[in-house]
Amino acid sequence: MDTDDFIKDCQAQVTSAAQHKETLCIVGNNTKAFLAPPSAAQTLSLSAYAGIVSYEPTELVVTAKAGTTIAALTQALSEQGQMMPFEPPTFAEQDTLGGVIACGLSGPRRPYTGSARDFVLGTSVINGQGEHLRFGGEVMKNVAGYDVSRLQTGARGTLGVILDISMKVLPRPETETTLVFEQETPNDLAPQIKLARQPLPVSASVVIDKQRFVRLSGSQASVDASVQRLGGQVLHDDAAFWQSIKNLTHPFFAASDGDANSLWRISIADYAPALPLVGQWCLDWGGAQRWLITDEAPTAVFAACAAAGASATCYRHSDPAAQRYQPLDDTLLSLNRAVRQSFDPHGVFNPDHFHTETRA
Amino acid sequence: MTGLHGSVVTQSAIIRVCHYNIPINIRSAVPAAHAHITLHHLEARLLDNAQEQFTSGGASGATSQTSDVDRSGTPRFSPQDRQARREQYAEELRQLLDDSAILSTDEQLIPYESDGLTAMRATPLLVVLPETTEQVQAILRWARSRQVPVVARGAGTGLSGGALPHEDGIILGLAKFNQILSLDAEHGVARVQPGVRNLAISDAARPHNLYYAPDPSSQIACSIGGNVAENSGGVHCLKYGLTVHNILEVKVVTIDGDLVTIGSAALDSAGYDLLALLTGSEGMLAVTVEITVKLLPVPEVARLIMAAFDTVEEAGEAVGAVIAEGVIPAGLELMDGPAIEAAEAFAQCGYPTNVAALLLCELDGMEAEVDAQIQQVTRVFERCGAASQHIATSEAERLQLWKGRKSAFPAVGRLSPDYYCIDGTIPRRHLPTVLRRMDTLSDEYGLRIANVFHAGDGNLHPLILFDANIPGELERTEELGSRILQLCVEVGGTVTGEHGVGMEKINEMCVQFDPATLTQFHAVKAAFDPQGLLNPGKAVPTLQRCAEFGAMHVHKGQLPHPNLERF
Ligand SMILES: Cc1cc2nc3c(=O)[nH]c(=O)nc-3n(C[C@H](O)[C@H](O)[C@H](O)COP(=O)(O)OP(=O)(O)OC[C@H]3O[C@@H](n4cnc5c(N)ncnc54)[C@H](O)[C@@H]3O)c2cc1C
Repeated sequence: MDTDDFIKDCQAQVTSAAQHKETLCIVGNNTKAFLAPPSAAQTLSLSAYAGIVSYEPTELVVTAKAGTTIAALTQALSEQGQMMPFEPPTFAEQDTLGGVIACGLSGPRRPYTGSARDFVLGTSVINGQGEHLRFGGEVMKNVAGYDVSRLQTGARGTLGVILDISMKVLPRPETETTLVFEQETPNDLAPQIKLARQPLPVSASVVIDKQRFVRLSGSQASVDASVQRLGGQVLHDDAAFWQSIKNLTHPFFAASDGDANSLWRISIADYAPALPLVGQWCLDWGGAQRWLITDEAPTAVFAACAAAGASATCYRHSDPAAQRYQPLDDTLLSLNRAVRQSFDPHGVFNPDHFHTETRA
Repeated sequence: MTGLHGSVVTQSAIIRVCHYNIPINIRSAVPAAHAHITLHHLEARLLDNAQEQFTSGGASGATSQTSDVDRSGTPRFSPQDRQARREQYAEELRQLLDDSAILSTDEQLIPYESDGLTAMRATPLLVVLPETTEQVQAILRWARSRQVPVVARGAGTGLSGGALPHEDGIILGLAKFNQILSLDAEHGVARVQPGVRNLAISDAARPHNLYYAPDPSSQIACSIGGNVAENSGGVHCLKYGLTVHNILEVKVVTIDGDLVTIGSAALDSAGYDLLALLTGSEGMLAVTVEITVKLLPVPEVARLIMAAFDTVEEAGEAVGAVIAEGVIPAGLELMDGPAIEAAEAFAQCGYPTNVAALLLCELDGMEAEVDAQIQQVTRVFERCGAASQHIATSEAERLQLWKGRKSAFPAVGRLSPDYYCIDGTIPRRHLPTVLRRMDTLSDEYGLRIANVFHAGDGNLHPLILFDANIPGELERTEELGSRILQLCVEVGGTVTGEHGVGMEKINEMCVQFDPATLTQFHAVKAAFDPQGLLNPGKAVPTLQRCAEFGAMHVHKGQLPHPNLERF
């Protein structure tokens, strides 16, 4: 099916669902199904809608269709010495760009270089009325119209079917080195905070299993100078290590499989003190993204986060019906609801994703 | 945590205004300075000085055009009715605010008739200058119950008429929200009120070796609240991002009077990314009353290369070549011949004259890295045919060279009685074509164009030189501006990179977006402000307006939401 036909077909599916009060579950290659409870909604797959639409390395901009795999995109960019700077996590081999953007996922580089939403420049989208809309564009500075493309990022497909995505890309660093430090108390943030306030080319910082890993990226000269300044042990084969953190394949994360232990992602100020929740912690993003494996009840996790100005998302839970998203306070909830309904007035998209209480 | 008082810093900044003679619309930039507060007396005098220089320099788009009612919505009231309303509203607002916080006389209202785009003017019914969040909440509740349009205003340096008053509405001036509430150097964040000037934040952070990265050329005067509303950029945003990339949290008041916290000290929060949506929303969705910004460590070193080229095209190509090399400069700015000459005459900053184009390329980071990149970039410039290159030898010289760039607008303004600043962004590869076509357009209209722009991001700022006293010249200038913006869209760019749509580019929006997308924008607006009271008529054109502009097809004569616009 060619591009136009595919889009028309999607539009028709959406319009028909809206008319018949049906729902659609938007998927790419369905690699992130575990992030949402099972859905009875009919599937709208973007898997076939794949490919790079345009890529101009000197513009630092790439536009690709939602079904393009992260792997294919990474390959095309690295042939030109470039990368997606937000280091998109992938949970299988076939993760799509659309899925990563819809889930707003960013990897270890995020606090230092920016998030998925920071790099999104434009999107084309089908809204809940089956209209094909274009927001933003392929240029880095653009304030024409509301920034709907960034709004779509992380909205989990509840604001429309994302078709095409334009992103800013960056040159790959000339070199990267990872340093390892012993850290007895996993929740001691002082070293990470101190590191973040120095003008060093840090590109990742994680505390896991009583060790602190710091990645430096940049020119050979600046990385060498930073290594000298920071000390620590150089980690060999560090690419594999960062992959395992980014993609949640590090043995740490395995502890949440199988039993009653749930896996939580907690987004919090990097300097916030440890939360009063019992479990195992991994502190990524210099302390701003904390992974928790725990048997605490969701309500307890949400309450602790609310008290600390943080927010929790459940990644794995033995009870598929468990609440997954940090509850929103009343005013925020009503704004979120109004925004969702402005895109999807008939409640067509992803009825089981995101904050379900915002659906029309 | 340190508590800081914004106005203390203001004084030094105003002195600098005089010194640099930057003709932002100073008169209205800090109107509160004219208020009763003794602390502000010195400031007011300095402002008057600046204003004098500003007018005698003649460097602005100021014209004596009378209010163009059509541009800000058709007024509902006759002049007598207007006066009656004004008095009634003032009376009602006195229940909520100090008398001195309500401006209603002609003399008091004049400074608020326009923002930096002085060609568009309108007189509001009233100006209110609240001091507390509770007052902002009360004002908005009042406005909603009375159905009165509200236009938020920061420093009034906007260049697209975003803060242009609504004839039937009030201006909600945030100038009194001028406190830096906290500056947490250890954690690299500052909490500030919206009326704090952009530069005041970096000034306050500097003793801690920190700074706030987005640095619009208007940074001595523009407010951080205005920056958030416009998603402002600066010469350093190629590497450090725009406002949206440098703020963590905003507190906003909705038209219902609710205070909502959007974002958090964390890097992301629950729910939709409303922080991204609000940034750049031009005061259409809510009124910002507090902002938490990120502060970055000052780079170890920053060095500047100035490269001269014999043609603008060569310089344009050199920009792409630097990026192809894998280098992301902190800033990469291009000036053409007329802009260079003007800046040099104005700021005596040491630019070579008699060259067709100058590139200013700043590299920052760790010393070793910057040294390597300087070599890399100079090689690229050489390969691209640079006629000469110079690396600033001292910090003083580096700042001096930037000063020329940052004062380029007013400097160019001196070349002619008036100038009009355009703000389109294009994919960089089309730079040579667009520059050539602008040349042709310039000939066609008989109006000179000077170019000074954020080349690294492809963000053009053509400055059209004109004389508003020549009948018809302003109109021709506006038409030329519109043609240039349409050209930007044609090559895949946008009608505004950083100055916003406001009232100025409302027609060009019809060229860039189709009716369905515009309708979706209106729906987003309605999600926050169903009655359309916040900055009505700005940023997103009605489909009807687009139909009149003639750039858009209205499908089978049917307008999807004919009733969306209330005014
Ligand atoms: C000489 C000169 C150079 C410039 N250089 C640059 C540049 O390099 N980069 C750049 O991006 N811009 C530049 N500008 C444009 C302008 O300075 C920016 O757009 C700036 O952010 C406007 O800030 P302000 O406080 O003056 O806002 P105003 O002009 O007062 O308002 C701008 C818009 O923001 C809204 N607004 C203001 N405050 C609030 C609030 N608290 N809540 C909600 N809405 C609000 C207003 O309603 C209006 O729509 C320049 C302007 C001049 C005159």
